Amino acid sequence: MHKSLILVAMVAVSFPVFAADVGLVKVSRGNVQIERNGAKIAAPVGAAVQTSDVILTGADGSAGITFTDNSLVSVGPNSVFAIDKYTFDSTTHAGEFEGSLKKGRLAAISGKMVKQSPESMKIRTPSAIMGVRGTEFVVQVDDKK
Amino acid sequence: MKFLAVFLLAMWLANVLRAPEKAPEVFAVLPAPDGHVGAIVVKGPGAEHVINTAYGAVRIEGGTQTASVLDPRQVQDMFGSTLDALPGVATSFTLYFIEGKDELTPESQAQLESVFAELQRRPLPDIVVIGHTDTVGSLDFNDKLSRARAERMRELLIERGLPADRIEAAGRGKRELLVPTEDNVSEPRNRRVEINVR
Repeated sequence: MHKSLILVAMVAVSFPVFAADVGLVKVSRGNVQIERNGAKIAAPVGAAVQTSDVILTGADGSAGITFTDNSLVSVGPNSVFAIDKYTFDSTTHAGEFEGSLKKGRLAAISGKMVKQSPESMKIRTPSAIMGVRGTEFVVQVDDKK
Repeated sequence: MKFLAVFLLAMWLANVLRAPEKAPEVFAVLPAPDGHVGAIVVKGPGAEHVINTAYGAVRIEGGTQTASVLDPRQVQDMFGSTLDALPGVATSFTLYFIEGKDELTPESQAQLESVFAELQRRPLPDIVVIGHTDTVGSLDFNDKLSRARAERMRELLIERGLPADRIEAAGRGKRELLVPTEDNVSEPRNRRVEINVR
């Protein structure tokens, strides 16, 4: 009884970590952090990215992320980018990608889900919402200095 | 005196209660390296723009949304370090094998160095190697041969220092012909591995 409970607990702890990964940090320069469940963690090359993560960069920071549908996203210095929603079915290529650029700069190349279904990728900013029909684009939300 | 105090208080309140001014925003479409130009749809304050030209842009400032066109140099100034951090686009290489063997043709052997160099340029690559055969021989024979070709290529990549845990190998036998043929046809272009990297 006890042994099986421990086993269930171990499986429950170890599996969701992988199931929730939607992307991977491929480029990490300067100060790059991920805010997850209220805690800030370092985001070196190889760090996994999950839904609800917020990518934060410092004045010298920039980060590049590949997503499971081959979408590529980079954020520049002094940026805050939240991954609000991400789903992707590798068989049907159906999916949804909703991100918010709160401030800073973002460049992206859309992936398989947009090819399958235009505007399945959306980027929100404080003043607007952008639907992506393909493929390469940039967004800036510049702070007043 | 009293009036002045009330007036100043009212001014101060108006200033404090005013909605904070939002930062200006810019959205732009960039041409892909192959020249392809995509499209974005921007829905902002009281306007919607479809942008589908190279460097076509939308600017939102002071609650007004306007379409414009950016200069490529402007894009470099604004987004240089951001674009620099964009990971490499997924790509694929094909190398060819000698009939019935897991040995590369001399031509493909010569290309190997440039493929290695391209793979090594990418930080933390995700590599999938898929082996294929032509239709000479049984299904079972070709399944094994295609797997041997993929495994051989995987070993070569690991020997070159690419991380073993990031390279998958699989064989597709004669199921996915590059050049469709009848069964039992020797076709050099079907004897190949695809190296997909992301």
